[in-house]
Amino acid sequence: MPILQAKQITKYFHEPETVQVLKGVDISVEQGEFLSIVGKSGCGKSTLLYILSTMDTDYEGTLNIKGEKLNGWSQNQLARFRNENLGFVFQFHFLLPEFTALRNVMMPALKLGKYSYAEIEQRAIDKLRMVEMDGFAHKMASKLSGGQQQRVAIARALINDPAIIMGDEPTGNLDKVNSQRVFEIFQELARQNHQTIITVTHDQDFAAGSDRIIVMSDGQIVRE
Amino acid sequence: MKRSLTLEIALTHLLTKRKQTVVAMLGVTFGISMFLVMISFMTGVNDFTKNLAMEEAPDIRIYNPLEIEKNTIIAKAAPDTTGNLYVVHHQRPKNVVPKLRNAIMLAQSLEAMPEVKGVAPQVATQVFFNNGPIRITGSLQGIDVKKQGELFTLARKMDAGQLIDLLGINDGVILGYGLANKMNVGIGDRLSITTSEGSILMLRVVGIFSYGLADFDNARAYATLATVQKVMQRDPSFITDLHIKMYDNSQAKAMAATISKRFGVHAEDWSTANAPLLAGESIRFAMTGIISFTLLLVAGFGIYNIMNMNIINKLKDIAILKATGFESRQIVGIFLWQSAIIGLLGGIVGLLLGYGFCVALSHTPFPGGSVVRIATMPVNFNPQHYIMGFCFGVITTVLAGFFPSLKAAKVDPVQIIRG
Repeated sequence: MPILQAKQITKYFHEPETVQVLKGVDISVEQGEFLSIVGKSGCGKSTLLYILSTMDTDYEGTLNIKGEKLNGWSQNQLARFRNENLGFVFQFHFLLPEFTALRNVMMPALKLGKYSYAEIEQRAIDKLRMVEMDGFAHKMASKLSGGQQQRVAIARALINDPAIIMGDEPTGNLDKVNSQRVFEIFQELARQNHQTIITVTHDQDFAAGSDRIIVMSDGQIVRE
Repeated sequence: MKRSLTLEIALTHLLTKRKQTVVAMLGVTFGISMFLVMISFMTGVNDFTKNLAMEEAPDIRIYNPLEIEKNTIIAKAAPDTTGNLYVVHHQRPKNVVPKLRNAIMLAQSLEAMPEVKGVAPQVATQVFFNNGPIRITGSLQGIDVKKQGELFTLARKMDAGQLIDLLGINDGVILGYGLANKMNVGIGDRLSITTSEGSILMLRVVGIFSYGLADFDNARAYATLATVQKVMQRDPSFITDLHIKMYDNSQAKAMAATISKRFGVHAEDWSTANAPLLAGESIRFAMTGIISFTLLLVAGFGIYNIMNMNIINKLKDIAILKATGFESRQIVGIFLWQSAIIGLLGGIVGLLLGYGFCVALSHTPFPGGSVVRIATMPVNFNPQHYIMGFCFGVITTVLAGFFPSLKAAKVDPVQIIRG
């Protein structure tokens, strides 16, 4: 059974005029798969990702993640679901600037409240070590470079051991070296931890290295 | 755990934006401190004026008022001519003897009532005070020295001499401070009084009092009952007023009605006699309320603005918190904590500052002039005002933070993250 299954996803933008951005997209992802979605700007790939991420609920079609049908859930229920099962890495790293790297990583786990404070701290340090950022744990997020921030953001996405990690242009803002490092981390997550990776990317090298590529155009999947 | 997480984020936000936090706090601080100064000063003035009038005023006064006879004498003379209409133009008041009937007996029965603290009989009359060529009109009040001393504050309002000195001498008098000044007399000096009936009596000044109210100090003098009865050429049973002091003066109105009914006398309670004073008090109180409310409301709007700005600056953070699983309730919590902390800290500082202002004000000289004699501004220190100001301030702040927080909870993370 696929870990994520979306059927007939259709979405319209109403501003400034009504445009259909997604035209009945079907997508199914297995556990441990490293999937890249590529396509030209405006093809609807990011829109699709945000629907799959449960953050955007304004669409038609059905979405199943981990066997749960998520249509009709309340925002708060979806927030709890994201907290436990999904991790996010964005193009712009979006760390909380007033907190240390460690604190940023700990935040979703503190919210989940599954482990004790000491355990969470230890886990956060482990995750930071995985992205080779443990040396910067007590630095303020705002004092880190872009590549460093992106790696901290990945550690944050991993803290609750989510089944699926989603990335919206995770390397879009990084140089070659940092991009390569992010790619390696994702690959390791998929291979060793059997976590599912779904990324939207423009980066040809990044996409080429992933297990599966979906090409989108004009709101539809044109090639797999 | 979750609760303290929202608190932690709130505190971090506040601490990183220290300047903004302090500005928001100052709004509450000034709102509350000004509220305290206003209300303390206002109630101080109210209490001061009320005390001036209250302390010496009886709770209930029994006297014979001038009244117009309602039934004309012709109607009395021919009671069987019902249906006829009698019109009498320009009827004169009938001659009312100011003497209260059976005053001593009445006083005794009144004093036996459990609510009554005491009854002081008085004989009041209008006189001219003469010293050489000067003639000043005023009122001379014959008092029962012992009762007056027990029930009223006169003994404590003496500038010179003592109230009981009246008893040690024949025909002694205690003058108001202003009256004594005008006639240039002091203790031991003599002056004569003339009644409206024309009788003259020499009095010796044994004391000078000062209530601090020009009405009293410039035109009033006290002597013993016997002295005033003598100058009015009346017998010792001649009493014009009974002044009643009660244990609980809020009962005065009901009590006055009871006394009127039971004894068939005219009994007037304090609030009826001083209605204008009480009206002034309620107007001042309403004004204080409105101004204080406005002050706190303005502070509330300030916080509303600051919290709104704060949330606009933090849209990215809100989006990321929501994306990583924070629920609306917790987003509201983060920003509500911030305004609550601003309110609490601002409130505490406001209380201290307000208290400081009040202390300073209570040491400020008061330009009372010759109307009221008072050294410094009258300021009330009532803990209730402080509790009220604090609660009101905190509630306003939390409310002002509540609506922007709701807005924060409604932020759509997709819109922010996608830009």
